[in-house]
Amino acid sequence: MIDALSVRLYYLVAFVLIGIGTYMMIDKGNLVKKVIGMNVFQSGIFLFFIVIAYVSGASPPLLTAPGPYVSPLPHVLILTAIVVGVSLTAVALGLIVRIYGEYSTLDTEIIREVSDDE
Amino acid sequence: MSDLPALLVVFPIFASIVVLLAGLARSRTGWPIAALASVVQVGMALVLGSRGFGDEPVRYVVGGFTAPYGIELVVDGLSATMVVLVAVVSLGVLGYARTAGPRSNPFYATYLLLVAGLTGMSVTGDVFNMYVFLEITGLAAYALVASGKGGRSALAALKYLLVGTFGASLFLLGIGYAYVATGTLNMNDLSAQLAAVGYTSPLVRVAFGLLVVGLFVKIAVFPLHTWQPAAYAGAPDTVSGLISALVSTVSAYALIRIVFSVFTVDFLAANPFARNVLMAGAAVSIVVGSLLAVSQSEIKRLLAYSSVSQFGLIIGAVAVANGTALTGAAIHLVGHAIMKGGLFLTAGLVASTTGARTVDEFEGLGEYLPVGAGSFCVLALAMVGVPPTIGFVGKWYIALGAVEAQAWPLAVVILSSTLLTLAYFARLIERMYFREPVATSSSVETAESKVAIDVATDGTGTPPSMGMWATVVAAAVLAVVLGAAAFEYGQLLEPTIEHLLT
Repeated sequence: MIDALSVRLYYLVAFVLIGIGTYMMIDKGNLVKKVIGMNVFQSGIFLFFIVIAYVSGASPPLLTAPGPYVSPLPHVLILTAIVVGVSLTAVALGLIVRIYGEYSTLDTEIIREVSDDE
Repeated sequence: MSDLPALLVVFPIFASIVVLLAGLARSRTGWPIAALASVVQVGMALVLGSRGFGDEPVRYVVGGFTAPYGIELVVDGLSATMVVLVAVVSLGVLGYARTAGPRSNPFYATYLLLVAGLTGMSVTGDVFNMYVFLEITGLAAYALVASGKGGRSALAALKYLLVGTFGASLFLLGIGYAYVATGTLNMNDLSAQLAAVGYTSPLVRVAFGLLVVGLFVKIAVFPLHTWQPAAYAGAPDTVSGLISALVSTVSAYALIRIVFSVFTVDFLAANPFARNVLMAGAAVSIVVGSLLAVSQSEIKRLLAYSSVSQFGLIIGAVAVANGTALTGAAIHLVGHAIMKGGLFLTAGLVASTTGARTVDEFEGLGEYLPVGAGSFCVLALAMVGVPPTIGFVGKWYIALGAVEAQAWPLAVVILSSTLLTLAYFARLIERMYFREPVATSSSVETAESKVAIDVATDGTGTPPSMGMWATVVAAAVLAVVLGAAAFEYGQLLEPTIEHLLT
């Protein structure tokens, strides 16, 4: 059991991060914490991709280094996904600034009471 | 002109940058540039679209890296339809946006970015590329929803962003699983490799589940629709028209692409559970979406829940997975885009003329706004599925497909969906035509004061222009005329559907 876990430790961490992130996005009342939760959630997925690229005992994918190499493709994908994540965080924080300017609070409960939209 | 598939995606991005730069020199230059770009986009989409309807899809390799290593763009009948739909609807909504606003240059830059994202999702033949375009579409859509003034639209946009990102991230995780199973990202190659791995492998099953649930969030299938009513209701009228017509539609196209081009019908045959979940999701979405729509008092929220229910039909067609149902899905995607976009724009037009934003305020509308009420009525009846409109043809094919596949419970739900749709639109039509306006003189006064309030609060309440009327009437006319063309379109689509199902 412990052996099996130690081999898959990084997968475990990735999915724990995904779980924590999801929990924060759902449970936290503070909007900034929700965005942090989104970032943790995405980090879990990024870690998952990096782990699947890893080949035990392999070198970085440089032609000067001896083979076998780790797979470079997931690294490239995650580089793209990180850029997407940064833009999402930027837009989210921009919206939060506007919401704070409007309601003077970041608590979803209070905002719900103030605005009678729902 | 052989670079047309790539140009179709790059051109709106380029135009978006031009709009942004022009805004630095002179403000309010956004609309003419965006309109010009949209006209060019429609032209290119039509040329490419006509090529897509051949026996073989058009394939284009980006940057000289051959598939399956590089990114491939594939245009078949279905993606050609989406490309043309995106171009035409965005041009139409621009006609509405000229006076209805928002008018700033950044708005039109984002608008074109959304067009680029949607077009990219339609033409790509690579799953990771699809994820990137999904996020571009998402980012542009969040920003557009937030372009309304006031806290409400910002709040709706943030909610949309959080839920939408969750969905897109699940999609990305699903891509990861598929990549672990096969080592490839090209859709064509994936379908061959996934078959080699075996459709009952846990990796492949989890990949399917994550990809489909991720797209369900983006399509807004019940119970993952929570972002959608707030986003549609909180956005400016122009934006709700555009987003309701295109974003969920192209996401549903992505679902069809993932299920049939990547996983293929054999996967559904090997995993009856996956098919049953799709069917259950479709049925629940149709019924609960309609019931929620009936209970709404605000027009835009009613229309939003109606979308939840209509996309249930599309999911149903995917679950049925035969040629007739898929033809119906394609027709209903186009039809829904025109009808729902038209309904949102009509609702916006009515609101900016009379201030009526709730079901009760629609009382007697037929008398003092006959054209608006007439368009709304035609579009609503088309949505219900009254022949000879396009709404009828789409539902007819989907129901026929369900019967052919002998999926009786689903067939019953699909047929009853017509009645359910009637349930919420009948309330409106009855109020518009068979009730007296509440004390006409005072209602005009309150209407005017409301217009003033609208101008003050969200800046969309300008008196309607010719462009707004033309767009709304054109949507109503299209909803009827396309009904006649839909059967021929179904035949044109046959080679594409056959390709999808083999």
